[in-house]
Amino acid sequence: MFVIDYIKEVWRAVKSLATGMRRTLFYFTHHREIITQQYPENRDTLNLPERFKGEVVMPHDEKNEHRCTGCTACELACPNGTIKVITKFDISPEGKKKKAIDKLVYHLELCTMCNLCIEACPSDAIKMAQTFEHSVFDRNQLTKILNNPGSKIMEGVE
Amino acid sequence: MWSFSQIANNVHEWLGRTFSPSMALFFEMVLAGIAVIGLFALLGLVLVIMERKVSAWMQIRLGPNRVGPKGMLQSLADTLKLLVKEGLTPDGADKFLFNLAPFIAMIVAMLLMAPVAFARDFQLWDMNIGILYVSAVSSITVISILMAGWSSNNKYSLMGAMRSGAQIISYELSAGLSVLSIVVLTGSLQISEIVHSQANGWWIFKAFPTVLVSFVTFIIAVTAETNRAPFDLAEAESELTAGFHTEYSGMKFALFFLAEYVNVFIVCAIGATLFLGGWMPFHIGNWQGFNHVMDYIPSSLWFFGKTFFLIFVIMWFRWTFPRLRIDQLLTLEWKYLLPISMINLLITTAIAILGWHF
Repeated sequence: MFVIDYIKEVWRAVKSLATGMRRTLFYFTHHREIITQQYPENRDTLNLPERFKGEVVMPHDEKNEHRCTGCTACELACPNGTIKVITKFDISPEGKKKKAIDKLVYHLELCTMCNLCIEACPSDAIKMAQTFEHSVFDRNQLTKILNNPGSKIMEGVE
Repeated sequence: MWSFSQIANNVHEWLGRTFSPSMALFFEMVLAGIAVIGLFALLGLVLVIMERKVSAWMQIRLGPNRVGPKGMLQSLADTLKLLVKEGLTPDGADKFLFNLAPFIAMIVAMLLMAPVAFARDFQLWDMNIGILYVSAVSSITVISILMAGWSSNNKYSLMGAMRSGAQIISYELSAGLSVLSIVVLTGSLQISEIVHSQANGWWIFKAFPTVLVSFVTFIIAVTAETNRAPFDLAEAESELTAGFHTEYSGMKFALFFLAEYVNVFIVCAIGATLFLGGWMPFHIGNWQGFNHVMDYIPSSLWFFGKTFFLIFVIMWFRWTFPRLRIDQLLTLEWKYLLPISMINLLITTAIAILGWHF
């Protein structure tokens, strides 16, 4: 019957709207847990989620070694030219030439934190840091060189 | 006793004693205008902060909490910011209509203040066609919106304005029909008489099932008429930037913003007057003792309490429901609300004629 279907439809709509409104009323009346953070006050105890994407960094170990092979996969993956890999050739003890990075230049001012470079990296050399206070007075400071001076590639990373 | 009507009477008598009758009338008009403008400014500030706090609490946030105690002066700071901003008029716009539109929106909202009864015997103008006046004047709003959208010479604005036109004209029908059911029960269009008819119980309790249905349709229809979510496709910030007021800035934008909030207040005041008894305290039939206790609460508190409860309900809608598409919007009106409110009006008329209400 058309009329019965019509009434059923109206009833279902009213019921589902009431379900939604009950949910928001519950949140309104139970004002205890707050999902936002009071940022400048809790700066010392700030608790960022694990997957927060702040800026690209290259972790180094205690011997000042990184995992970057200079394959430029991140540079190719980057949609807006944020990363520039400058390579050089190291001479290994056996006298063979080996490709390595000289500088991995990262333009923070161009970066959209899209995470594509991290996904493209075959050797997990770069990752996203949990920093976000990036403002500086001189925009040259936003162009960063990710590998530490004098660092070299870790043993066994090809 | 300090009541609004007492104060108004004292002012009236003092002016009558001090000045000639025509001058007294003039001063009374000026005072009423100042009171309305003051109420406007106050409502804008209060409703904006209320909206932001309600939305924050519903989304498990804190909301504005920097300016003043618990952020309560945030809307004042926002107003100050809007006042010092430049009111830009785009080059390709129709300058006259563009600058006129916000004022029309504002004037309509001001005109609607006239028949609202704020407290016992406290009303700017108790005309005998109060409800008709409200529904007639409130439909002028659509002209200001169309004017703003058309004169901006911007596709987003025009699209928002056209949507708004379709929406307001359709929802006017079911709003009018749900108001009519109260008019049928009361037998009068005068606001004061409608309020007095609820002295032995509010209409929503007296003629329970049908008036409840017309109350729900009224709330849905006025939410759509004031262009608020889930019916905010005239503004639809995620698809049309800001709809009809995309090109407005500074104080002209603020006027649209203010007019929206004042319109929300007015439709909630009308809803409270028609269905929840306006300033009439909560009375149950002939329980003299109970009614007498309720009379101790001032009538203005009753009125503003009910109005702000309805405003809260409309805000609750906004922060719960997703926005409708334009075809869903018109389907809801023409296939659901209009037939339901027509049948409801028929039943209400039968109830009123047969006297089946309390």
